[in-house]
Amino acid sequence: MAKNLFQKVWEDHLVRRLDSGQYQVFMALHLIHEVTSPQAFGMLKDKGLKVAYPSRTYATVDHIIPTDDQARPLRDDMAEKMIQVLSEAADENGIEFFAPESGSQGIVHVVGPELGLTQPGMTICCGDSHTATHGAFGCIALGIGTSQVRDVLASQTLAMDPLKVRRINIEGELNIGVTAKDVILHVIRQLGVNGGVGFAYEYGGSVIDSMTMEERMTVCNMSIEGGARCGYINPDETTFEFLRGKERVPAGAEFDQAVEKWQSYASDPDAEYDDVVNFAASDILPTVTWGVTPAQAISIVENVPSPEDAEGLDKNLITDALQYMQLDADQPIKGTKIDVAFIGSCTNGRLSDFEAVAALIAGKKVADNVRAIAVPGSEKVDQAAREAGLDKVFETAGFEWRMPGCSMCLAMNPDKLVGDEVCASSSNRNFIGRQGSPTGRTILMSPIMVAAAALEGHVADAREVFEL
Amino acid sequence: MSAVNKISGKGVYVAGNDIDTDRIIPARYLKCVTFDELGPSLFYDERFDADGRSKDHVLDAAAHQGAKVLVTDDNFGCGSSREHAPQAIQKFGLEVVIAGSFAEIFHGNCTTLGIPCVVMSQENRTKLAGDIALDPEAELIVDLESMQVLCANSVYPVTMKESAREAFLSATYDPLDSLMATSDDVRRIADKLGYS
Ligand code: SF4
Repeated sequence: MAKNLFQKVWEDHLVRRLDSGQYQVFMALHLIHEVTSPQAFGMLKDKGLKVAYPSRTYATVDHIIPTDDQARPLRDDMAEKMIQVLSEAADENGIEFFAPESGSQGIVHVVGPELGLTQPGMTICCGDSHTATHGAFGCIALGIGTSQVRDVLASQTLAMDPLKVRRINIEGELNIGVTAKDVILHVIRQLGVNGGVGFAYEYGGSVIDSMTMEERMTVCNMSIEGGARCGYINPDETTFEFLRGKERVPAGAEFDQAVEKWQSYASDPDAEYDDVVNFAASDILPTVTWGVTPAQAISIVENVPSPEDAEGLDKNLITDALQYMQLDADQPIKGTKIDVAFIGSCTNGRLSDFEAVAALIAGKKVADNVRAIAVPGSEKVDQAAREAGLDKVFETAGFEWRMPGCSMCLAMNPDKLVGDEVCASSSNRNFIGRQGSPTGRTILMSPIMVAAAALEGHVADAREVFEL
Repeated sequence: MSAVNKISGKGVYVAGNDIDTDRIIPARYLKCVTFDELGPSLFYDERFDADGRSKDHVLDAAAHQGAKVLVTDDNFGCGSSREHAPQAIQKFGLEVVIAGSFAEIFHGNCTTLGIPCVVMSQENRTKLAGDIALDPEAELIVDLESMQVLCANSVYPVTMKESAREAFLSATYDPLDSLMATSDDVRRIADKLGYS
């Protein structure tokens, strides 16, 4: 019988049906970090349990690590303690830890793929909702809570419900200046923040086929913002070429064998789906958020909505979001003044993101009133960018080039908005207070749109600013 | 772990769709190595201003002190997978959440902690919120056997994911023991797939 990738990977990793009606599923790869995992080791200790498969688990620090001064002990005592607890737990349990300055530290969803730990056909979990990123390689990649981190540490398995699969086709050719970020913001806008509940999203079609792995990761990364439990893309030649030669990927004949296996996980051509949604690439324009959820998005040429256009609770949602963002109904989003520009995060903090921006900002200057920071997603991204001289391009243009981490994506480190500052951000969440100030305002967009906003001092159309 | 069949207590209605986990607990309160102290941080930025002064949030109203039943709207708990959110809800003293719908990871986290997430229609939530406003001291009973919420003289039907309901009634909502019971089968799968 024809099957989709989700079904194949699920069946391979299924242990049994539990009495509760849920299913026990083996986890091929478990990634842990300092914010949601230290507590799980405490829970294990309380129960006198050990880590069952330490070699299937990898640790790093990303969420709270400062990006200006990483000298230890960190200035923030609690941050220091969290890193210590994680690093000690990793040591005690024989878990490999990618510590700062190891050359491999970074945002957990940047590190897994760049080391080649993430491989097609795997079940992957991490105490972080953007684990969906790894789906770009043809994985079932799940964000989990701390009690589940405990479950996986103790048993290498999760109790979970099966998911339906929605195939999302994006066909045609993208307009100039439209990036992977615009594609996923457009999809979420159309399907809603809870449109994906109960589903895994399978992205496909000619637009996805011709994307690089880094672009595919950007798309899968934000599946969770559309309410989907995970998102994935079928592995193909692009996937295999990306993995070839990566540190943790087998080489030579073993690689060829692995490719054969990986290939077999791709959805069969006549696989069935619980739902299919089609998008035309030509409808997608550079897209930005105007409100406080990722679905509250419009293209750069549109005006923000008016509560008059909606009914019931939706009316309130629009009214509240406009009030919070200090925007008027029906005003253009273009021209909205910004205070901060942030390029980074697990959505858009990879080498290609910085390359794309550097090519456009070389010889230009960030507007006087804008604080602009570029934060590489990992030490490897940082190193590669420096080797290519990108850090200098950013600095000359007026950006600060920082050390790797999550930084202003969730502002658990010192990188925060102040008061009601507006941030043009390449991250993934524009929730109220997300960037560290309870009244801070976030406008999500692609890295090149952040660059355009940084130069102009207000939300701008990258196609005009850079004459694309 | 003991069975959860019935929860009774005062209710509190926190209105709004798409209430995300950053609002339930702002990121700066995720700095902890245990979950024990999270209760006071629940909805912090909605409840207090930058100087820590109360914004008179409904959770802080005298009449709602000691509430056990949280009533809210659609897509509750969307966003981050942080278990800090349900932990904060539980540590605050709330024992059950009634909403129009729930985000999935949040729902799973709540279930594992023993917090039932039950779904009620918008029409009935509006009525229930009205009941609570009329008499905040009134006791609500959330009954997972009959799948009803009783309040004053009203009975409101609710639904929930069947596997979660079974888990609460049979005291198996924390799956760890059952996951640990099959280590030989797990090893077989690991070997078969080449995961040493
Ligand atoms: S960059 Fe942002 S979304 Fe990604 S893991 Fe870090 S905090 Fe989470």
